[in-house]
Amino acid sequence: MADGPVQARGLRKRFGEFEAVRGIDVDVAQGEVFGFLGPNGAGKSSTMRMIACVSPRSDGTLQVLGLDPDLQGPRIRARIGVVPQQDNLDNELTVRENLEIYGRYFGLSRRHVKARAAELLEFAQLTERADDAVEPLSGGMKRRLTIARSLVNDPELLLLDEPTTGLDPQARHLLWERLYQLKRRGVTQIITTHYMDEAEQLCDRLVVMDGGLIVAEGTPAELIRRWAGREVVELRFLPERRPSVAELEPHVDRVEELPDRVLLYTSDGEAAQSAVHRAGLRPESALVRRSTLEDVFLRLTGRTLVD
Amino acid sequence: MTLADPPRLPVLVRLLPAGSYAGRSRMLLLRSATAARRTWLVILSGFAEPVFYLIAMGAGLGSLVGSLPGPDGVPISYAAFIAPGLLAASAMNGAVFDSTFNVFFKLRHSKLYDAMLATPLGPVDIALGEIGWALLRGGLYASGFLTVMAVAGLLTSPWALLALPAALLVAFAFAAVGMAATSFMRSWQDFDLVTLAVLPMFLFATTFFPLSVYPRWLQLVVECLPLFHAVELMRGLTTGVVHLGLLGHLAYFVVMALIGLAVAGRRLGALLLR
Repeated sequence: MADGPVQARGLRKRFGEFEAVRGIDVDVAQGEVFGFLGPNGAGKSSTMRMIACVSPRSDGTLQVLGLDPDLQGPRIRARIGVVPQQDNLDNELTVRENLEIYGRYFGLSRRHVKARAAELLEFAQLTERADDAVEPLSGGMKRRLTIARSLVNDPELLLLDEPTTGLDPQARHLLWERLYQLKRRGVTQIITTHYMDEAEQLCDRLVVMDGGLIVAEGTPAELIRRWAGREVVELRFLPERRPSVAELEPHVDRVEELPDRVLLYTSDGEAAQSAVHRAGLRPESALVRRSTLEDVFLRLTGRTLVD
Repeated sequence: MTLADPPRLPVLVRLLPAGSYAGRSRMLLLRSATAARRTWLVILSGFAEPVFYLIAMGAGLGSLVGSLPGPDGVPISYAAFIAPGLLAASAMNGAVFDSTFNVFFKLRHSKLYDAMLATPLGPVDIALGEIGWALLRGGLYASGFLTVMAVAGLLTSPWALLALPAALLVAFAFAAVGMAATSFMRSWQDFDLVTLAVLPMFLFATTFFPLSVYPRWLQLVVECLPLFHAVELMRGLTTGVVHLGLLGHLAYFVVMALIGLAVAGRRLGALLLR
């Protein structure tokens, strides 16, 4: 992993008094999809901006595609693609022009960007809207166009900051499929996301960030095994009948209290559910399910994702 | 796939912070020209304003005023007096509008410059490209207005041909300073300050009447204003009263352009590359 596309040691980012990233080590391997998970303000976007060479680091070392962003920013940016959190398409240009002109910013020839734009329109399923204005496109279409735009320079590394936030389920699934195609072509991807299902779907490996630090690292399966256990029992009680954590703890490995529910972590959900029942506790509803990344997240950051 | 290496850059450019200039600001011109293809009517309307002023003031008010002393004291018609003033003012207005309102929108709302900085382009490419576009537009308006002046018989000297490049320099300087000022603005309210700076200059910097109407102390104030120097420059050229003093006016705009450009490039970098 020594010469992966992104390598960071002790990476920090300060904005005045506030330290957004407080010393993180990151190694992204060639061809993998690497995820940054974390609540708002965890430092994900600051990290992404440093990798994208649009935000100078405050401390530590950083190598992107083997080069130092402080010294070789434009050279690195020529070889990466960036999908920002908010679409920043050029509303004064058509769909096709958005791709062609953007390609010209990279110094690509007129002929080359023309051909590339046609390919990318196909990839983004926007060929029929090629000569339309950008404004009337749906959210999903704009997002696909932004992703297509990020590919105009045939990047070796693609940075996606919350690629599917605000999209409906169909649009998300279509985007995931496109990202999977890119992975199969060998494009290394770094993704930040709020969505655990997205991380499980897309990421080969991920880190969980909280308060500017990396609090866990691994494949989705490893993280679930290590931090959440196998199964979860979700119990909902009427407020006046809600038992204390101490009453529940003897029956399971660990208890997590949420505002509306109690989560019991255990290796055997059915058994735990019966144990709770035998103890005379009467939940309004009970659900046994497999642990997910969401549970890992809750445990590590002590809060739900949607905050 | 071939990615062109950035072109070799001149010495002056290498003094800028690393990565702030890729030598590709003409791609921003390409972008603006492409966008302008759909808004040509708006752009064309920029021609009309100074022409309307010329008709209303020059022909209308001029019939009451008669003639005024020209730069060398020889009387000229009121229309011939204000036409170079309007030429200078339209160079200023066009450049200021483009480099303040339009740039602010792209900077704060559409995040267009953020998108550009994700490519090898740097803040200096953006500053130069946007100012260059304001300049092209200003040049277009100036040539249009000069044509109107020629047709109306208000150009009395071949020196008037130089009024076009002079108008471009004036536009460049105003655009550079406008962009620098925009980088300090926080909200749309701040743009009232732009109007507050531009409108009095338009009215009082000898566009419509000679400097001699002011008391001496006010003359000194007016002589410091950039539009005053632009008007002097244009009036000298279009009436053919050319003297070395015009070089002083030119120098004023060269300095103004360089300061504006340096501040704009630096500030854009500070705002966008945080």
